[in-house]
Parts: sequence; C-alpha cells; structure tokens
Amino acid sequence: MEGKESNKQVIDMSCVRDIVSKFADRDDPNLISVLQQAQDEYGYLPKSVLKEISSVMDIPLTRIFGVVTFYSQFTLTPRGRHSIKVCSGTACHVKGAEGVKQKLRDELQINEGETTPDYQFTLETVACIGTCFLAPVMMVDERYYGKLTADKTSDIVGTYSNKKLGSE
Amino acid sequence: MLKSLKSNDDLVAMKEACEEKFKSDKVRVYVCMTGCRALGAEEVYGEFQKQVKTQGLEDKVEVVETGCQGLCAKAPVMTIDPPGIFYGRVSVDSVPEIISSTILKGEVINKLCYAESGKKIPYMKDIPFYNRQQKVVLRNCGVIDPKNVEHYIARKGYEGLARALFHLPPEGIIKEIENSGLRGRGGGGFPTGTKWGFVRKAKSDIKYIVCNADEGDPGAFMDRAILEGDPHAVVEGMITAAFAIGANKGFVYVRAEYPIAVDHLEFAIHQARQLNLLGDNILGSGFNFDLEIKKGAGAFVCGEETALIASIEGKRGMPRPRPPFPAISGLWQKPTNINNVETFANVPLIMQHGSEWYKQFGTKNGSGTKIFALAGNVKNTGLVEVPMGTTLREIVFDIGGGIPGRRQFKAAQMGGPSGGCVPAEHLDLPIDYESVKEVGAIMGSGGLIVMDEKTSMVEIARYFMEFVQEESCGKCGPCRIGTKRMLEVLTRLVAGNGCREDIEDLTKMAHVTKNASLCGLGQTAPNPVLSTIRFFLKEFEELIP
Repeated sequence: MEGKESNKQVIDMSCVRDIVSKFADRDDPNLISVLQQAQDEYGYLPKSVLKEISSVMDIPLTRIFGVVTFYSQFTLTPRGRHSIKVCSGTACHVKGAEGVKQKLRDELQINEGETTPDYQFTLETVACIGTCFLAPVMMVDERYYGKLTADKTSDIVGTYSNKKLGSE
Repeated sequence: MLKSLKSNDDLVAMKEACEEKFKSDKVRVYVCMTGCRALGAEEVYGEFQKQVKTQGLEDKVEVVETGCQGLCAKAPVMTIDPPGIFYGRVSVDSVPEIISSTILKGEVINKLCYAESGKKIPYMKDIPFYNRQQKVVLRNCGVIDPKNVEHYIARKGYEGLARALFHLPPEGIIKEIENSGLRGRGGGGFPTGTKWGFVRKAKSDIKYIVCNADEGDPGAFMDRAILEGDPHAVVEGMITAAFAIGANKGFVYVRAEYPIAVDHLEFAIHQARQLNLLGDNILGSGFNFDLEIKKGAGAFVCGEETALIASIEGKRGMPRPRPPFPAISGLWQKPTNINNVETFANVPLIMQHGSEWYKQFGTKNGSGTKIFALAGNVKNTGLVEVPMGTTLREIVFDIGGGIPGRRQFKAAQMGGPSGGCVPAEHLDLPIDYESVKEVGAIMGSGGLIVMDEKTSMVEIARYFMEFVQEESCGKCGPCRIGTKRMLEVLTRLVAGNGCREDIEDLTKMAHVTKNASLCGLGQTAPNPVLSTIRFFLKEFEELIP
C-alpha cells in the first residue's frame, strides 16, 4: 500500500484510467467495482482520483462522493500498511471482544477508525467476519486470528510490527 | 485444463472417471482449510504435505484440503479416513506422530481426540455433535476439496442440473421446487418455487438471477461455510434456477470480508466455464448462462434485496419501497430472482432426488434441513445442520454439548439483529419458521448465539441497537430516528441512569419503528428489544435506580 507516500507526492493517474477503461465496453460500467480497484491500487481514494473517475465515467462527483461515504470499505484518507479489523459481532461481543479492542487501542495508541502516525496499522471494527465459532476474532489484512486474549493479541501485532522495529 | 463437456453423456463419463480416480486404498487426511485457518490450519496442512513427501508416502496417503468440518470449537480440525478418526487442536508438532502412529499403525492419539465428560471419542461417527446431525446440504462440506470440481462431480455434482436441463421443462422445475416445500433460507422464509414462478411469468427479454451472499448478521457464518466448502453446489443451484426462470446472466453478491469464500467461488466459476457448465450452450442443451461475482463494499443494509440491487447497479445501497417487487422490476428494471446461498445449495438435491425425497426431512411448515451457526457460550461451537423442527434443546445441549463452566443457559439469540432472544422456558420449541416467530424471534439466516447466566440481556439489546443504528441507511425517518432514540434510552439504562418511563417509551418506539420503517432492516430492528423486554423485564427493572 503506497498510501502514505502518495499523500504528498503527485498521484499517477494512469492507473485509474486503466481501471476505468477495463469497464468501458461493458453494459454496466460499475462504479463500485471501479472504486474498489482504485482503492486497491492507491491504498485509499484520493480526491484527484475521484475527480478523474468522475470526468472519465461522466458521473457527477457528488454521486461518487455519496457512494464512497455510504460504504464502510471506502476511505478518503491514507491507511496503514496493515489493516486490523476487530470483530464486534454478537459472539465476539459475548466472549469479550471489548478487551481485545482495548488492548489494541493501548498497544497502537489509536482509536477505531484511525491510523498510526507511522502508517503501519489502521484499526477498524467490523460487525462480523463470520468466524464466530472462534470468538473473539480479528483479521489482519486477509488473515484470520481466533480465540484471542489480550496477550495473544499483542503477540500477533508484534509479529507485524517487528520488521518496522528492526529497521528503526 | 478441464475438458469441455458437450453433452449429458460427457458429464456421465466424467463422473465415472472421477469416481474411478478417487477409488483407491489410500488413507485420506482431510484438513479443514477454511475457518480453521484462524488457528493455523495452513501450517498443519503444509506440514502434512511435506512429511508425506519426505517419508515417501504418496502412494499410501493423500492429504486433502477441505471446507468446514463443523466442530469449529476444536480448530484446527482434521479427519483421517479410513478409519474415520477425528482430531482437534492439531498443531504442526503433532503431525509426525499422527503419521507414524495413527496413519501407519492405526493407533489412536488420545490427546487429540474429542472428549465428553472425560471420555475420549476417537471416531467421528460416535461423536454426538456429528451423529445427531443430518448433513444433507452440507454433505460435501469438509469432505471434498472445494477447489477441485472433480471431487464435486464424483459425488454426483451437476447431476441435478442435467436432470433439470434434459428431463424437465422450466415449469416442471418450478413445480418440483414448489412441491418440495423449500422456503427462503435467508430468513424471510418465502416459498422458493413461488418466487421463481413470479419471475418466470414476468414478460421481459432480459431477466437476472442474483445470489445474496451478503451474510451480514453478526453471528452467522452458514453461507460463508457453504461458499468456502462446497461452492459448486451454489453455482449448480443458480444455473438450475436461471434455466427455470429464463435468465441468462447471474450475479453473486458476496461480502468482501469473506476473502476465502470469494476465492473459492472464483475457482468454481472458472472451472464451470471450462467444463461448459457456464457459458453458451451448457452441456449442449442450447441454454446460455454466465455468472459474475460482485463484491460488497461493507453495508449491512445491502442484505435487503432492493438495497442489494442498488448496490450491484453501483449506487448507494438504499432500499426502495415495494411493490414493484424485484420479480417484476429488479436489477436495471428487469425481472430479477434473488435467493440466498443456502437456498441455492438446496436446489441440486431436490433436482437430483426429487421433491418427495426432500420432504422426508423437516416439518409440514418447513421441509428440508436448516444450517445453524452455533456460537457464544456453548461448548461445541460450529456449523450444525438439522432437520426443520429440531428443538433448541437438542441443538444447544445434545449437539452443542451445553454450556461450559457449569453455568446455566439463559437465552439463545436467534436471527441476529432482526431476531430475538429465546429464553430457557422455550428450549423445547421445535425450530421452524412459524414457531420461532411466535416467541418473538425469527429463524433468520441461522445465527444462533448461546448466552449464559452471566450475560446481561439489557446490554445485549443495547448492543444490537447500536449495530442497527450504525447500519441504518438513513433513508426513512422511523428507522433512522427510532433506532437512534432507542439506543439512547438503552445506553442510559445500561449505565444505571434510566427511569421508570424508559421501558414504556422503549416499547412504544419499538412498535413505531417496526410498523413504519421502509425495509426489513427497520421493521425488524426492534425485535431484540421487544423480545428482551418480553422475557427479561426484571433485568430492565433492576437497572432502574
């Protein structure tokens, strides 16, 4: 994820043009799919990218903004290298997800929805990731972790931040 | 590269070849590689493969990656067949011993066995969790490699589709589904055949079929398990439905939070295309149909069908008033049939065995089986399939093994944020669509969260209200404002700052929200509140200073 660099640097628009052109000859040039791929590419949805999508797809920017802010997947600000999604589904709630969340807040020094200043982690909560049988659970990027305890949680975060610590 | 199937004969020949291919004396090691990944199944699977190779056991042992085997509480789990030994909490370190003792010498390793009241039960067939279930829809889940279509076909996959394409007219398929009594498994419980009939009768050059795999209910993972463990069953069900209603294009709307499900489904669609089970002139029948995956972008309300349609069209996922129903005007204003994952997964069975066979399972009000996601304060959390009409007690105690830590059962939350809490006095309730509704819950999609005596029911009501308030799309006032105000009252109550009038106010607001909201989300949002007030009023009163 190049989110943090691209914030300051000039954003390469050729990627978003490529993405839009892939959908151009289809019956439904689906806006959501375009936005999903653009976010995969840029790490988030910079304003300039949205403007480009608006002009190439001929969709008013207000409508695009409406869609982006409706779905929880989309973000207008750069995200961390790793996304941590803590499940707050019913089973996780009953089995103490709050303790896991608190541990993550303490460990990363951020709240849900925020990104660490070094852009290593973004902390989010998600309603359910369908792994209720191993509650409480979280997902780091696309990997699931179950039966969490406060200690286990910080160990897992540790494995993701080790590399960073080593280089500092 | 799979060979394209030009006719039903080709499919039959392929099935025979696949059966032959898997008929061997090899010991098969089935490792769950879906839900169990959360506790290291990938490493276990990798170690098995490595060891089998280095020890030169390829002729004797086959390691198979499977979908969910059900008893998720013991993750990572695996089965060795023959002789049908089930092991749980397997780690990379236990792999060498499993190979040397169990696979090569047939000895049971006690510490990996499932235990009940101190007794070790090595064989899957003896474990109550398994032998009290009836795995019909889940017959392949945990047994086949979901990424290998040959496994599916060897187990009679796509046979039902062949019967539909070559032996029944579209109306005949719909009649068969109607007669089977299959009802929507997503929660609504609408008769599936009737729904298909509406779309069949709608006049239009283009029709669509949509699979609702936006399983957003917190506490539900049945659809996830089916998509991950047996994706071809859903694909086959969709092709059959498309043929019956006359659609040539289908979409699977699946949650982005389910990366393994998306991956397996992509695999299945790709393989089905190669086999000419998707695309033009399917099996030489002259029928054309193709499928596409649409990934959801994270909005619970998109489980509601009109919101889901808006989302596939690339818009904000907001519901609209019905009628017109999607069967008349759905995706891009064309007649559209939307069913849930589990519903589609039932279709191949009905096609293959006929509706009379299917009706042997379940009750008069609901035939077939239902898959439940059993979680919360229960010993055997996992995936459970039972005939409709099974009692809650059987699921929670006989299959689920009861409540851990000698605590008491307090309630089972059924149907997620649209459902309600069923208290101990209704444990003997036979679960089907109608009886669950009578006690203020709904069958819902099948989420079943067990709560013990330590759970505060008022806090659970607050929890669900927080969830629906966050997920309310904001289009209609009753839902937008009602959920917000109810959440405020519940938060106040939980904090011990409530007053006498709060309970009455809550009930009033709940009824208004229920009666006046535009879509299912708002109409059912007050259910958790109403059912907790109904059964646990004392807990509310105790919180009032």
